[in-house]
Amino acid sequence: MKTAFMDRLLQAYRDSDDLFVLTADLGFRLFDGFEAAAPRRFYNVGVAESNMIGIAAGLSLCGKSVYCYSIIPFLVMRPFEQIRVDIAYHGLNVKLVGAGGGFTYGCEGFTHFALEDLALMSSLPNMTVVVPADPLEAEAVAGLSLEHDGPMYIRLGGRGGPVIHDRTPEIEIGRAMVLREGEDAAVIATGEMVHAGMLVAGMLSERGLSTTVVNMHTLKPLDTGIIAALASTHEAVFTIEEHNTRGGLGSAVSAVLAENGYSGVFRRFGIDEGACKGFVGGSAFLRERSGLTPENLSEAISVSLRRA
Amino acid sequence: MAAGSELARFEEISRRVRISVLEMIYRTGSPHIGPSFSVVEILVALYFRFMNATAGAERDRFLLSKGHACPALYAVLHEKGLISREDLDGFALDGGTLQQHPVLDPGRGIEASTGSLGHGLSIAAGMALAGRVDGKEYKVYVLLSDGELNEGSVWEAVMFAGHHGLDNLVALVDYNRMQALGRTDDIVGLDPLGEKWRAFGWHVHEVDGHDFGEIFEALGALSMGRPNVLILHTVKGKGVSFMENDVLWHYRSPDEREYEAALKELRR
Repeated sequence: MKTAFMDRLLQAYRDSDDLFVLTADLGFRLFDGFEAAAPRRFYNVGVAESNMIGIAAGLSLCGKSVYCYSIIPFLVMRPFEQIRVDIAYHGLNVKLVGAGGGFTYGCEGFTHFALEDLALMSSLPNMTVVVPADPLEAEAVAGLSLEHDGPMYIRLGGRGGPVIHDRTPEIEIGRAMVLREGEDAAVIATGEMVHAGMLVAGMLSERGLSTTVVNMHTLKPLDTGIIAALASTHEAVFTIEEHNTRGGLGSAVSAVLAENGYSGVFRRFGIDEGACKGFVGGSAFLRERSGLTPENLSEAISVSLRRA
Repeated sequence: MAAGSELARFEEISRRVRISVLEMIYRTGSPHIGPSFSVVEILVALYFRFMNATAGAERDRFLLSKGHACPALYAVLHEKGLISREDLDGFALDGGTLQQHPVLDPGRGIEASTGSLGHGLSIAAGMALAGRVDGKEYKVYVLLSDGELNEGSVWEAVMFAGHHGLDNLVALVDYNRMQALGRTDDIVGLDPLGEKWRAFGWHVHEVDGHDFGEIFEALGALSMGRPNVLILHTVKGKGVSFMENDVLWHYRSPDEREYEAALKELRR
Protein backbone atom coordinates (compact mmCIF):
# COMPACT_ATOMS: atom_id res chain seq x y z
CA MET A 1 0.00 0.00 0.00
CA LYS A 2 2.89 2.33 0.84
CA THR A 3 4.53 1.68 -2.50
CA ALA A 4 1.31 2.27 -4.44
CA PHE A 5 0.82 5.58 -2.65
CA MET A 6 4.41 6.74 -3.05
CA ASP A 7 4.60 5.71 -6.73
CA ARG A 8 1.66 7.98 -7.49
CA LEU A 9 3.15 10.76 -5.36
CA LEU A 10 6.49 10.42 -7.15
CA GLN A 11 4.83 11.07 -10.53
CA ALA A 12 3.52 14.38 -9.21
CA TYR A 13 6.80 15.17 -7.44
CA ARG A 14 8.70 14.90 -10.71
CA ASP A 15 6.33 17.36 -12.38
CA SER A 16 6.26 19.88 -9.54
CA ASP A 17 8.51 22.62 -8.20
CA ASP A 18 6.66 23.12 -4.95
CA LEU A 19 6.16 19.62 -3.61
CA PHE A 20 8.35 18.66 -0.63
CA VAL A 21 8.65 15.23 0.99
CA LEU A 22 9.95 14.74 4.54
CA THR A 23 10.60 11.55 6.46
CA ALA A 24 11.73 11.07 10.03
CA ASP A 25 14.28 8.40 9.09
CA LEU A 26 11.78 5.71 8.12
CA GLY A 27 10.74 4.19 4.79
CA PHE A 28 13.75 2.15 3.75
CA ARG A 29 14.14 2.40 -0.07
CA LEU A 30 10.71 4.05 -0.26
CA PHE A 31 12.14 7.45 -1.14
CA ASP A 32 15.02 6.58 -3.46
CA GLY A 33 13.07 7.90 -6.45
CA PHE A 34 12.34 11.21 -4.70
CA GLU A 35 15.93 11.75 -3.75
CA ALA A 36 17.07 10.99 -7.28
CA ALA A 37 14.43 13.19 -8.93
CA ALA A 38 14.86 16.36 -6.82
CA PRO A 39 17.17 16.07 -3.81
CA ARG A 40 16.51 19.68 -2.74
CA ARG A 41 12.86 18.91 -2.07
CA PHE A 42 13.32 15.65 -0.17
CA TYR A 43 14.64 15.67 3.41
CA ASN A 44 15.27 12.94 5.90
CA VAL A 45 15.09 15.18 8.96
CA GLY A 46 16.40 12.45 11.24
CA VAL A 47 14.59 10.82 14.13
CA ALA A 48 12.87 14.06 15.07
CA GLU A 49 9.16 14.02 14.34
CA SER A 50 8.26 17.24 16.17
CA ASN A 51 10.86 19.10 14.17
CA MET A 52 9.59 17.48 10.97
CA ILE A 53 6.08 18.84 11.57
CA GLY A 54 7.40 22.33 12.35
CA ILE A 55 9.58 22.34 9.24
CA ALA A 56 6.59 21.20 7.18
CA ALA A 57 4.58 24.10 8.60
CA GLY A 58 7.32 26.60 7.74
CA LEU A 59 7.61 25.26 4.19
CA SER A 60 3.85 25.36 3.76
CA LEU A 61 3.63 28.92 5.10
CA CYS A 62 5.98 29.77 2.21
CA GLY A 63 3.60 28.21 -0.32
CA LYS A 64 4.93 24.67 -0.49
CA SER A 65 2.89 21.49 -0.52
CA VAL A 66 4.44 19.07 1.98
CA TYR A 67 4.13 15.33 2.66
CA CYS A 68 5.44 13.93 5.97
CA TYR A 69 6.00 10.23 6.46
CA SER A 70 6.64 7.93 9.38
CA ILE A 71 5.21 4.98 11.27
CA ILE A 72 1.89 6.15 12.68
CA PRO A 73 2.57 6.52 16.43
CA PHE A 74 5.74 8.49 15.72
CA LEU A 75 4.07 10.56 13.00
CA VAL A 76 0.88 11.63 14.76
CA MET A 77 1.24 10.88 18.48
CA ARG A 78 4.73 12.09 19.37
CA PRO A 79 4.23 15.49 17.68
CA PHE A 80 0.46 15.68 18.22
CA GLU A 81 0.64 19.20 19.60
CA GLN A 82 2.77 20.43 16.70
CA ILE A 83 0.18 18.94 14.34
CA ARG A 84 -2.62 20.61 16.28
CA VAL A 85 -1.13 24.11 16.36
CA ASP A 86 1.19 24.34 13.38
CA ILE A 87 -0.77 22.30 10.82
CA ALA A 88 -4.42 21.90 11.81
CA TYR A 89 -5.27 25.28 13.33
CA HIS A 90 -3.16 26.99 10.67
CA GLY A 91 -5.05 24.98 8.04
CA LEU A 92 -1.86 24.32 6.12
CA ASN A 93 -1.35 22.22 3.03
CA VAL A 94 0.53 19.43 4.79
CA LYS A 95 -0.24 15.74 4.31
CA LEU A 96 0.62 13.23 7.02
CA VAL A 97 1.17 9.81 5.53
CA GLY A 98 1.26 7.15 8.23
CA ALA A 99 2.44 3.58 7.81
CA GLY A 100 1.05 0.67 9.77
CA GLY A 101 -2.65 1.06 10.60
CA GLY A 102 -3.86 -1.09 13.51
CA PHE A 103 -1.83 -4.23 14.18
CA THR A 104 0.20 -4.04 10.94
CA TYR A 105 3.53 -4.20 12.75
CA GLY A 106 2.55 -7.39 14.57
CA CYS A 107 5.49 -8.88 16.43
CA GLU A 108 7.18 -5.48 16.70
CA GLY A 109 4.74 -4.79 19.50
CA PHE A 110 2.42 -2.11 20.79
CA THR A 111 4.93 0.75 20.49
CA HIS A 112 4.36 0.43 16.75
CA PHE A 113 0.59 -0.18 16.73
CA ALA A 114 -1.85 2.48 15.54
CA LEU A 115 -4.95 2.05 17.69
CA GLU A 116 -5.75 5.64 18.70
CA ASP A 117 -4.70 7.61 15.61
CA LEU A 118 -8.14 7.97 14.04
CA ALA A 119 -9.57 9.37 17.27
CA LEU A 120 -6.73 11.87 17.59
CA MET A 121 -6.72 13.04 13.99
CA SER A 122 -10.52 13.19 13.68
CA SER A 123 -10.65 15.53 16.65
CA LEU A 124 -8.56 18.22 14.92
CA PRO A 125 -10.07 21.19 13.09
CA ASN A 126 -9.49 21.39 9.32
CA MET A 127 -8.04 17.87 9.28
CA THR A 128 -9.29 15.42 6.66
CA VAL A 129 -8.85 11.76 7.65
CA VAL A 130 -8.65 9.07 4.98
CA VAL A 131 -8.05 5.32 5.29
CA PRO A 132 -7.58 3.49 1.99
CA ALA A 133 -8.73 -0.13 1.87
CA ASP A 134 -6.20 -1.52 -0.59
CA PRO A 135 -3.23 -0.51 -2.77
CA LEU A 136 -5.30 0.74 -5.71
CA GLU A 137 -7.37 2.84 -3.35
CA ALA A 138 -4.17 4.18 -1.78
CA GLU A 139 -3.02 5.19 -5.26
CA ALA A 140 -6.33 6.97 -5.89
CA VAL A 141 -6.11 8.71 -2.51
CA ALA A 142 -2.58 9.87 -3.33
CA GLY A 143 -3.97 11.51 -6.47
CA LEU A 144 -6.82 13.16 -4.54
CA SER A 145 -4.47 14.38 -1.82
CA LEU A 146 -2.49 16.33 -4.42
CA GLU A 147 -5.60 18.31 -5.33
CA HIS A 148 -6.68 18.86 -1.72
CA ASP A 149 -5.50 22.18 -0.30
CA GLY A 150 -5.39 21.61 3.45
CA PRO A 151 -4.25 19.25 6.17
CA MET A 152 -4.86 15.56 5.61
CA TYR A 153 -4.02 12.41 7.54
CA ILE A 154 -3.73 9.27 5.43
CA ARG A 155 -3.56 5.97 7.30
CA LEU A 156 -1.92 3.25 5.25
CA GLY A 157 -1.81 -0.45 6.00
CA GLY A 158 1.00 -2.89 5.56
CA ARG A 159 2.74 -4.77 2.83
CA GLY A 160 0.80 -7.57 1.12
CA GLY A 161 -2.55 -6.47 2.48
CA PRO A 162 -5.91 -7.44 1.02
CA VAL A 163 -7.12 -6.43 -2.44
CA ILE A 164 -10.61 -5.01 -2.94
CA HIS A 165 -10.43 -3.38 -6.34
CA ASP A 166 -9.32 -4.79 -9.68
CA ARG A 167 -8.67 -1.31 -11.07
CA THR A 168 -8.06 2.17 -9.63
CA PRO A 169 -11.39 3.11 -8.07
CA GLU A 170 -13.35 6.30 -8.60
CA ILE A 171 -13.25 7.78 -5.15
CA GLU A 172 -14.47 11.02 -3.63
CA ILE A 173 -13.25 12.28 -0.28
CA GLY A 174 -16.12 12.45 2.18
CA ARG A 175 -18.38 10.15 0.17
CA ALA A 176 -18.52 6.52 1.23
CA MET A 177 -18.40 3.71 -1.30
CA VAL A 178 -21.16 1.07 -1.34
CA LEU A 179 -19.50 -2.20 -2.33
CA ARG A 180 -22.44 -4.54 -1.94
CA GLU A 181 -26.14 -4.06 -1.33
CA GLY A 182 -28.34 -6.15 0.91
CA GLU A 183 -31.34 -5.87 3.17
CA ASP A 184 -30.81 -7.62 6.49
CA ALA A 185 -27.76 -5.85 7.81
CA ALA A 186 -25.38 -3.02 6.93
CA VAL A 187 -21.67 -3.39 7.59
CA ILE A 188 -19.62 -0.20 7.58
CA ALA A 189 -15.88 -0.82 7.55
CA THR A 190 -12.73 1.20 7.07
CA GLY A 191 -9.21 0.46 5.83
CA GLU A 192 -8.14 -3.13 5.54
CA MET A 193 -11.24 -4.17 7.49
CA VAL A 194 -13.27 -3.44 4.35
CA HIS A 195 -11.96 -6.68 2.94
CA ALA A 196 -13.04 -8.51 6.11
CA GLY A 197 -16.46 -6.86 5.70
CA MET A 198 -16.80 -8.26 2.19
CA LEU A 199 -15.88 -11.75 3.38
CA VAL A 200 -18.37 -11.40 6.24
CA ALA A 201 -21.11 -10.53 3.76
CA GLY A 202 -20.27 -13.67 1.77
CA MET A 203 -20.44 -15.84 4.89
CA LEU A 204 -23.72 -14.28 6.01
CA SER A 205 -25.25 -14.91 2.60
CA GLU A 206 -24.50 -18.63 3.07
CA ARG A 207 -26.66 -18.34 6.19
CA GLY A 208 -29.41 -16.71 4.16
CA LEU A 209 -28.70 -13.15 5.25
CA SER A 210 -28.17 -10.33 2.76
CA THR A 211 -25.74 -7.59 3.76
CA THR A 212 -24.87 -4.12 2.57
CA VAL A 213 -21.13 -3.38 2.76
CA VAL A 214 -19.95 0.23 2.89
CA ASN A 215 -16.32 1.29 2.54
CA MET A 216 -16.02 4.33 4.83
CA HIS A 217 -12.63 5.43 3.50
CA THR A 218 -13.09 8.97 4.83
CA LEU A 219 -13.50 9.33 8.60
CA LYS A 220 -13.53 13.11 8.45
CA PRO A 221 -15.56 14.67 6.92
CA LEU A 222 -17.82 11.73 7.65
CA ASP A 223 -20.48 10.77 5.11
CA THR A 224 -23.36 11.25 7.54
CA GLY A 225 -25.86 11.08 4.67
CA ILE A 226 -25.14 7.47 3.90
CA ILE A 227 -25.29 6.52 7.59
CA ALA A 228 -28.70 8.17 7.93
CA ALA A 229 -29.85 6.39 4.77
CA LEU A 230 -28.65 3.01 6.05
CA ALA A 231 -30.44 3.69 9.33
CA SER A 232 -33.71 4.16 7.49
CA THR A 233 -33.38 1.02 5.39
CA HIS A 234 -31.61 -1.52 7.63
CA GLU A 235 -32.65 -3.00 10.93
CA ALA A 236 -29.09 -3.71 11.93
CA VAL A 237 -25.88 -1.71 11.48
CA PHE A 238 -22.36 -2.91 12.32
CA THR A 239 -19.00 -1.16 12.14
CA ILE A 240 -15.62 -2.85 11.73
CA GLU A 241 -12.32 -1.09 12.27
CA GLU A 242 -8.77 -1.95 13.26
CA HIS A 243 -8.73 0.76 15.93
CA ASN A 244 -9.89 1.18 19.49
CA THR A 245 -13.66 1.02 19.68
CA ARG A 246 -13.59 4.41 21.36
CA GLY A 247 -13.12 7.45 19.15
CA GLY A 248 -12.86 5.80 15.75
CA LEU A 249 -15.34 4.71 13.08
CA GLY A 250 -17.76 3.02 15.49
CA SER A 251 -18.01 6.04 17.74
CA ALA A 252 -18.55 8.37 14.80
CA VAL A 253 -21.26 6.17 13.26
CA SER A 254 -23.01 5.66 16.60
CA ALA A 255 -23.31 9.42 17.07
CA VAL A 256 -24.99 9.80 13.68
CA LEU A 257 -27.32 6.88 14.35
CA ALA A 258 -28.31 8.30 17.74
CA GLU A 259 -28.94 11.73 16.27
CA ASN A 260 -31.18 10.10 13.66
CA GLY A 261 -33.21 8.31 16.34
CA TYR A 262 -32.09 4.88 15.17
CA SER A 263 -33.75 2.09 17.13
CA GLY A 264 -32.33 -0.94 15.33
CA VAL A 265 -29.45 -3.20 16.28
CA PHE A 266 -26.04 -1.55 16.39
CA ARG A 267 -22.70 -2.99 17.34
CA ARG A 268 -19.12 -1.82 16.99
CA PHE A 269 -16.33 -4.26 16.18
CA GLY A 270 -12.82 -3.06 16.84
CA ILE A 271 -10.10 -3.40 19.40
CA ASP A 272 -10.92 -3.34 23.09
CA GLU A 273 -8.67 -1.37 25.36
CA GLY A 274 -5.74 -3.53 26.39
CA ALA A 275 -6.59 -6.25 23.84
CA CYS A 276 -2.99 -6.57 22.72
CA LYS A 277 -1.70 -6.92 26.25
CA GLY A 278 0.29 -10.07 26.83
CA PHE A 279 0.02 -11.34 23.25
CA VAL A 280 3.02 -11.76 21.01
CA GLY A 281 2.27 -12.42 17.38
CA GLY A 282 1.87 -11.26 13.85
CA SER A 283 -0.91 -8.96 12.69
CA ALA A 284 -3.22 -11.81 11.60
CA PHE A 285 -2.81 -13.46 15.00
CA LEU A 286 -3.54 -10.23 16.85
CA ARG A 287 -6.61 -9.51 14.71
CA GLU A 288 -7.90 -12.96 15.52
CA ARG A 289 -7.38 -12.39 19.26
CA SER A 290 -9.48 -9.24 18.90
CA GLY A 291 -12.25 -11.06 17.06
CA LEU A 292 -11.55 -9.27 13.80
CA THR A 293 -11.49 -12.30 11.49
CA PRO A 294 -14.35 -12.75 9.00
CA GLU A 295 -15.35 -15.96 10.79
CA ASN A 296 -15.58 -14.32 14.23
CA LEU A 297 -17.32 -11.27 12.83
CA SER A 298 -19.94 -13.15 10.84
CA GLU A 299 -20.70 -15.36 13.84
CA ALA A 300 -21.05 -12.32 16.13
CA ILE A 301 -23.24 -10.54 13.60
CA SER A 302 -25.58 -13.49 13.11
CA VAL A 303 -25.92 -13.87 16.89
CA SER A 304 -26.86 -10.17 17.11
CA LEU A 305 -29.39 -10.56 14.30
CA ARG A 306 -31.01 -13.62 15.91
CA ARG A 307 -31.49 -11.67 19.11
CA ALA A 308 -33.00 -8.72 17.28
CA MET B 1 27.68 51.81 14.66
CA ALA B 2 24.65 54.06 14.82
CA ALA B 3 25.02 57.80 15.30
CA GLY B 4 23.79 59.44 18.49
CA SER B 5 20.64 60.94 16.95
CA GLU B 6 19.77 57.59 15.41
CA LEU B 7 20.20 55.83 18.73
CA ALA B 8 17.94 58.43 20.32
CA ARG B 9 15.27 57.62 17.74
CA PHE B 10 15.41 53.89 18.53
CA GLU B 11 15.30 54.63 22.24
CA GLU B 12 12.27 56.86 21.75
CA ILE B 13 10.43 54.11 19.81
CA SER B 14 11.31 51.62 22.56
CA ARG B 15 9.95 53.98 25.19
CA ARG B 16 6.65 54.33 23.29
CA VAL B 17 6.48 50.55 22.84
CA ARG B 18 6.94 49.96 26.58
CA ILE B 19 4.19 52.47 27.40
CA SER B 20 1.93 50.77 24.87
CA VAL B 21 2.65 47.37 26.46
CA LEU B 22 1.96 48.75 29.93
CA GLU B 23 -1.36 50.22 28.77
CA MET B 24 -2.47 46.98 27.09
CA ILE B 25 -1.58 44.87 30.09
CA TYR B 26 -2.93 47.21 32.76
CA ARG B 27 -6.22 47.81 30.90
CA THR B 28 -6.90 44.07 30.51
CA GLY B 29 -5.29 42.62 33.62
CA SER B 30 -3.09 40.53 31.32
CA PRO B 31 0.05 38.61 32.33
CA HIS B 32 3.57 38.69 30.80
CA ILE B 33 4.69 42.28 31.22
CA GLY B 34 8.17 41.17 32.38
CA PRO B 35 8.95 38.96 29.36
CA SER B 36 7.46 41.62 27.03
CA PHE B 37 9.74 44.35 28.40
CA SER B 38 12.88 42.22 27.98
CA VAL B 39 12.45 41.91 24.19
CA VAL B 40 11.61 45.49 23.22
CA GLU B 41 15.05 46.53 21.94
CA ILE B 42 15.56 43.46 19.73
CA LEU B 43 12.11 43.90 18.18
CA VAL B 44 12.67 47.60 17.52
CA ALA B 45 16.12 46.89 16.05
CA LEU B 46 14.74 44.21 13.72
CA TYR B 47 11.68 46.07 12.49
CA PHE B 48 13.23 49.53 12.23
CA ARG B 49 16.67 48.69 10.90
CA PHE B 50 17.15 45.14 9.64
CA MET B 51 13.90 43.69 8.35
CA ASN B 52 11.88 44.43 5.29
CA ALA B 53 8.56 43.23 6.66
CA THR B 54 6.36 44.42 3.80
CA ALA B 55 7.85 42.98 0.62
CA GLY B 56 5.25 40.30 -0.14
CA ALA B 57 6.74 36.86 -0.72
CA GLU B 58 10.24 38.39 -0.58
CA ARG B 59 9.70 39.84 2.91
CA ASP B 60 11.90 38.99 5.85
CA ARG B 61 10.02 36.85 8.35
CA PHE B 62 9.91 37.27 12.12
CA LEU B 63 8.49 34.60 14.43
CA LEU B 64 7.82 35.28 18.08
CA SER B 65 8.38 31.76 19.36
CA LYS B 66 7.96 33.09 22.90
CA GLY B 67 4.43 34.06 21.93
CA HIS B 68 3.52 35.23 25.42
CA ALA B 69 5.58 38.40 24.83
CA CYS B 70 3.17 39.43 22.05
CA PRO B 71 2.13 42.75 23.65
CA ALA B 72 5.60 43.96 22.69
CA LEU B 73 5.25 42.57 19.16
CA TYR B 74 1.80 44.11 18.71
CA ALA B 75 3.10 47.48 19.88
CA VAL B 76 6.04 47.32 17.45
CA LEU B 77 3.81 46.22 14.58
CA HIS B 78 1.58 49.18 15.42
CA GLU B 79 4.59 51.51 15.27
CA LYS B 80 5.33 49.99 11.83
CA GLY B 81 1.75 50.63 10.70
CA LEU B 82 0.90 46.92 10.33
CA ILE B 83 -1.50 46.81 13.28
CA SER B 84 -4.08 49.58 13.67
CA ARG B 85 -4.85 51.55 16.82
CA GLU B 86 -8.29 49.90 16.91
CA ASP B 87 -6.73 46.43 16.78
CA LEU B 88 -4.33 47.34 19.56
CA ASP B 89 -7.27 48.61 21.62
CA GLY B 90 -9.03 45.28 21.11
CA PHE B 91 -6.24 43.30 22.80
CA ALA B 92 -7.50 40.61 25.20
CA LEU B 93 -11.11 41.81 25.28
CA ASP B 94 -14.32 39.81 24.82
CA GLY B 95 -15.06 40.01 21.11
CA GLY B 96 -11.73 41.79 20.66
CA THR B 97 -9.03 41.60 18.02
CA LEU B 98 -5.79 40.25 19.44
CA GLN B 99 -5.23 37.33 21.82
CA GLN B 100 -2.65 37.05 24.56
CA HIS B 101 -0.73 34.79 22.18
CA PRO B 102 -0.33 35.63 18.47
CA VAL B 103 -2.54 34.07 15.81
CA LEU B 104 -1.34 33.60 12.22
CA ASP B 105 -2.08 36.73 10.20
CA PRO B 106 0.68 37.56 7.69
CA GLY B 107 -1.17 40.68 6.56
CA ARG B 108 -0.64 42.14 10.02
CA GLY B 109 2.89 40.80 10.37
CA ILE B 110 2.12 37.69 12.39
CA GLU B 111 3.84 34.82 10.60
CA ALA B 112 2.66 31.92 12.80
CA SER B 113 0.42 31.17 15.75
CA THR B 114 2.73 30.81 18.71
CA GLY B 115 2.37 30.49 22.43
CA SER B 116 3.15 26.83 22.78
CA LEU B 117 6.89 26.95 23.41
CA GLY B 118 9.28 24.90 21.30
CA HIS B 119 7.56 25.33 17.93
CA GLY B 120 9.04 28.49 16.45
CA LEU B 121 12.55 27.40 15.55
CA SER B 122 11.32 24.40 13.53
CA ILE B 123 8.82 26.53 11.63
CA ALA B 124 11.51 29.14 11.01
CA ALA B 125 13.85 26.42 9.73
CA GLY B 126 11.16 25.32 7.26
CA MET B 127 10.75 28.92 6.07
CA ALA B 128 14.51 29.28 5.70
CA LEU B 129 14.66 26.03 3.73
CA ALA B 130 11.91 27.24 1.39
CA GLY B 131 13.79 30.52 0.85
CA ARG B 132 17.00 28.70 0.06
CA VAL B 133 15.39 26.27 -2.40
CA ASP B 134 13.59 29.17 -4.12
CA GLY B 135 16.80 31.22 -4.28
CA LYS B 136 15.17 34.06 -2.34
CA GLU B 137 17.12 36.60 -0.35
CA TYR B 138 14.87 36.91 2.67
CA LYS B 139 16.00 36.13 6.20
CA VAL B 140 13.99 34.41 8.90
CA TYR B 141 14.35 35.72 12.46
CA VAL B 142 12.95 33.79 15.40
CA LEU B 143 12.89 34.94 19.02
CA LEU B 144 13.00 32.27 21.71
CA SER B 145 12.83 32.53 25.47
CA ASP B 146 15.45 30.99 27.69
CA GLY B 147 12.90 28.79 29.48
CA GLU B 148 11.80 27.60 26.04
CA LEU B 149 15.22 26.02 25.58
CA ASN B 150 14.07 23.34 28.06
CA GLU B 151 11.95 21.98 25.19
CA GLY B 152 13.64 19.09 23.37
CA SER B 153 12.09 20.07 20.05
CA VAL B 154 14.18 23.27 20.07
CA TRP B 155 17.35 21.19 19.97
CA GLU B 156 16.00 19.02 17.16
CA ALA B 157 15.70 22.21 15.13
CA VAL B 158 19.08 23.53 16.31
CA MET B 159 20.68 20.30 15.04
CA PHE B 160 18.78 20.38 11.74
CA ALA B 161 19.61 24.02 10.96
CA GLY B 162 23.25 23.51 11.88
CA HIS B 163 23.52 20.38 9.73
CA HIS B 164 22.02 22.14 6.72
CA GLY B 165 23.96 25.36 7.27
CA LEU B 166 20.84 27.53 7.08
CA ASP B 167 22.56 30.91 7.00
CA ASN B 168 19.32 32.74 6.20
CA LEU B 169 18.06 31.74 9.67
CA VAL B 170 18.76 33.92 12.72
CA ALA B 171 17.75 32.75 16.19
CA LEU B 172 17.49 35.24 19.03
CA VAL B 173 17.48 34.02 22.62
CA ASP B 174 16.02 36.32 25.27
CA TYR B 175 18.37 35.25 28.05
CA ASN B 176 16.84 37.15 30.95
CA ARG B 177 17.67 34.17 33.16
CA MET B 178 14.12 33.86 34.49
CA GLN B 179 11.32 31.56 33.47
CA ALA B 180 7.72 31.19 34.67
CA LEU B 181 8.43 29.84 38.13
CA GLY B 182 11.91 31.07 38.91
CA ARG B 183 15.52 31.51 37.86
CA THR B 184 16.75 29.37 34.94
CA ASP B 185 19.86 28.60 36.98
CA ASP B 186 17.69 27.01 39.67
CA ILE B 187 15.27 25.15 37.37
CA VAL B 188 17.32 23.67 34.51
CA GLY B 189 20.58 25.56 34.07
CA LEU B 190 21.48 26.55 30.50
CA ASP B 191 25.12 27.58 30.81
CA PRO B 192 27.38 27.45 28.97
CA LEU B 193 24.66 28.45 26.53
CA GLY B 194 26.84 29.84 23.75
CA GLU B 195 29.00 26.72 23.72
CA LYS B 196 25.90 24.56 23.30
CA TRP B 197 24.81 26.39 20.14
CA ARG B 198 28.38 26.50 18.86
CA ALA B 199 28.68 22.74 19.28
CA PHE B 200 25.64 22.35 17.00
CA GLY B 201 27.29 24.35 14.21
CA TRP B 202 25.89 27.83 14.84
CA HIS B 203 27.73 31.15 14.85
CA VAL B 204 27.09 32.61 18.29
CA HIS B 205 26.90 36.32 19.08
CA GLU B 206 26.72 37.26 22.77
CA VAL B 207 25.03 40.62 23.06
CA ASP B 208 23.63 43.03 25.64
CA GLY B 209 20.00 42.77 24.55
CA HIS B 210 19.17 46.32 25.61
CA ASP B 211 22.14 47.96 23.86
CA PHE B 212 21.27 48.99 20.30
CA GLY B 213 24.93 49.42 19.43
CA GLU B 214 25.73 45.81 20.26
CA ILE B 215 22.55 44.47 18.62
CA PHE B 216 23.25 46.40 15.40
CA GLU B 217 26.83 45.20 15.31
CA ALA B 218 25.84 41.53 15.70
CA LEU B 219 22.97 41.66 13.19
CA GLY B 220 25.28 43.46 10.77
CA ALA B 221 27.97 40.78 11.03
CA LEU B 222 26.10 37.52 10.45
CA SER B 223 28.15 34.54 9.28
CA MET B 224 27.65 32.95 5.90
CA GLY B 225 27.45 29.18 5.60
CA ARG B 226 25.90 28.51 9.00
CA PRO B 227 22.97 29.73 11.05
CA ASN B 228 23.47 32.59 13.49
CA VAL B 229 22.19 32.99 17.02
CA LEU B 230 22.18 36.12 19.15
CA ILE B 231 22.21 35.33 22.84
CA LEU B 232 20.62 38.47 24.20
CA HIS B 233 21.57 39.13 27.78
CA THR B 234 18.49 40.92 28.99
CA VAL B 235 16.61 41.93 32.10
CA LYS B 236 13.12 40.64 32.73
CA GLY B 237 10.85 43.63 33.30
CA LYS B 238 13.43 46.02 31.80
CA GLY B 239 12.48 49.69 32.02
CA VAL B 240 10.47 49.75 35.24
CA SER B 241 12.69 49.53 38.30
CA PHE B 242 10.37 47.54 40.54
CA MET B 243 9.59 45.00 37.80
CA GLU B 244 13.20 44.31 36.84
CA ASN B 245 14.62 40.88 37.70
CA ASP B 246 11.57 39.90 39.70
CA VAL B 247 9.83 36.68 38.61
CA LEU B 248 6.60 38.03 40.09
CA TRP B 249 6.17 40.12 36.93
CA HIS B 250 6.08 37.10 34.66
CA TYR B 251 2.39 36.83 35.55
CA ARG B 252 1.43 39.83 37.68
CA SER B 253 -0.55 42.62 36.11
CA PRO B 254 -0.04 46.03 37.71
CA ASP B 255 -2.70 47.54 39.95
CA GLU B 256 -3.54 51.23 39.68
CA ARG B 257 -0.75 52.41 41.95
CA GLU B 258 1.83 50.21 40.21
CA TYR B 259 0.56 51.34 36.82
CA GLU B 260 0.95 55.01 37.72
CA ALA B 261 4.43 54.42 39.11
CA ALA B 262 5.50 52.45 36.02
CA LEU B 263 4.10 55.07 33.67
CA LYS B 264 5.95 57.79 35.53
CA GLU B 265 9.24 55.92 35.13
CA LEU B 266 8.67 55.21 31.44
CA ARG B 267 7.76 58.84 30.72
CA ARG B 268 10.88 60.14 32.40
